[in-house]
Amino acid sequence: MTLYADLQVTRGSFALSVDLTVEPGEVVALLGPNGAGKTTALRAIAGLLALDGGRIALDTSVWDEPPRIFRTPDRRPIGVVFQDYLLFNHLSCLENVAFGLRARGVEKQTARAEAARWLETVGLSEYARTRPRALSGGQAQRVALARALATDPELLLLDEPLAALDASTTLHVRAELGQHLRRFEGRTLLVTHDPLDAMVLADRLVIIENGQVVQEGKPTEVAHRPRTNYVAQLVGLNLYRGTAAGTTVTLADNATITLAEPATGPVHVAFPPTAVSLYTTAPSGSPRNTWPAVVTGIEQHAHTVRVRLNASPTGPADLLADITPAAVADLHLTPGQTLQTTLKATEVHTYPV
Amino acid sequence: MLLLPALIGLAFLLVPLIGLLAKAPWSTLPAKLHSADVWQALRLSLVCATSATALCLVLGVPLAWLLARGGLPGRSLIRAFVTVPLVLPPVVGGVALLLVLGRRGLVGQYLDSWFGISLPFTTAGVIVAEAFVAMPFLVISVEGALRAADPRYEEAAATLGAGRWTTFRRVTLPSIAPGIVAGTVLCWARALGEFGATITFAGNFPGRTTTMPLAVYLALETDPDVAVVLSLVLLLVSVVVLASLRERWISGLQ
Repeated sequence: MTLYADLQVTRGSFALSVDLTVEPGEVVALLGPNGAGKTTALRAIAGLLALDGGRIALDTSVWDEPPRIFRTPDRRPIGVVFQDYLLFNHLSCLENVAFGLRARGVEKQTARAEAARWLETVGLSEYARTRPRALSGGQAQRVALARALATDPELLLLDEPLAALDASTTLHVRAELGQHLRRFEGRTLLVTHDPLDAMVLADRLVIIENGQVVQEGKPTEVAHRPRTNYVAQLVGLNLYRGTAAGTTVTLADNATITLAEPATGPVHVAFPPTAVSLYTTAPSGSPRNTWPAVVTGIEQHAHTVRVRLNASPTGPADLLADITPAAVADLHLTPGQTLQTTLKATEVHTYPV
Repeated sequence: MLLLPALIGLAFLLVPLIGLLAKAPWSTLPAKLHSADVWQALRLSLVCATSATALCLVLGVPLAWLLARGGLPGRSLIRAFVTVPLVLPPVVGGVALLLVLGRRGLVGQYLDSWFGISLPFTTAGVIVAEAFVAMPFLVISVEGALRAADPRYEEAAATLGAGRWTTFRRVTLPSIAPGIVAGTVLCWARALGEFGATITFAGNFPGRTTTMPLAVYLALETDPDVAVVLSLVLLLVSVVVLASLRERWISGLQ
């Protein structure tokens, strides 16, 4: 039983047009920048927003097909974990988890026993009587997950489940969430703007920009072969489009990149910023890609320094290089400075557009 | 510069109450309290104010919900109509009720001929008059609470399988409980003190429609000491109810 969603929503000048499928047991991440339409898509699938066109169906059961069919959220077999969890503060954690079962007509004692079992699963048995506001962010997220899963939904929807947590707990909570998602036999759709959450938790990524799907695939595939600048930025690669002939790719602005392996036709060219080296004078020796470039920006990352360069007209106009802090000192790096850049041809990947 | 008018303002509010206490006929108080009229009027007042408040709750909370969440067209106009009884002189309200619900009124004639119900000059009429005047206090208070409550909690309830009624009962109502309590107290206090609409619509029949405020006013003409005693009782009841509700609800929910 596959979930099919062909989502067409128009809001003023914004139009969402996204095709999605989620298989049982599969975790699909809907990844995109703010304003791409991720939350709109999630709300439409949950029934909190009616479609303007398209169709949402789980196997043969249709949830939304304008203009005739619209099932309200309470009549869809879903569980939702909201970004800020939306736990009911007037109820205890146990009552929060039991809420869905009670609302679906399960008898009180049975619902409470089932809720207690779920709290145990997420390791929060001792918080059964606690009010949600007394919980930490990570605990609240687990209660929200238990509440969403307690009704045994066909589809679990997660809206930025880790965004409300502070950085120190994110790592642990993400790993735990991953375990629960792997155990869940239904379908999971995860909405996030964080590529790391998506890569770690999802089996398949669907990347949307401006309401459209721009790329779809397994995390490793997306990480190695980005197709848009946004995706390249997410996975930390330099990405260009050009036309290959033999071992030379000509970019739109006539700059060229030399390849180790020949290719033909329109291609994407991708390489990591670590493949770019910087020198004050042109190095002698073999690298085939050598461009003079102007430093346009310097950013400190965890253990490396990311340098943004403009290598036009001979090389790419926007080029990222990762170097060590020691190299920054050696080069006396300042914005506006002209350097020599080299790129190892063996680290350059090409794939068809 | 602000302190002096502030103190005068405070005195202006307090001195009449102190005067009431100072002028009370403490020596003859027990005897006057024991007169049957006092208890009759007090009982009637409490019954009518409480019934009117119950009526306001049953009708006013859904009305507030409709105004806050219903997505009605012309909502601000409807809200303006709801608040009319707030600014309308109560006597005018009483006249309007008489014209509509009186025996020959727009609605009253059918109530009379079809069901044999006649509201004017009855205890039920007192309740109707009090509810008419007091309901806006409840509606405005509850609507404010509803608008301040985050509707996304209702969405969360819906995704958990709760229909509209379950959501309202188990999520919306508890989250606006402080607003409902505050509105109920205001509504009840307004109903208890209602005079103009009551005397116009329900008249003055001891035991049936003579509530405390009416009794106070009438006593003032015949026996001012009784008026003072009645006023003290009314004051005491208001203070006790307000204080106990505060203890029980308002502080408990914060």
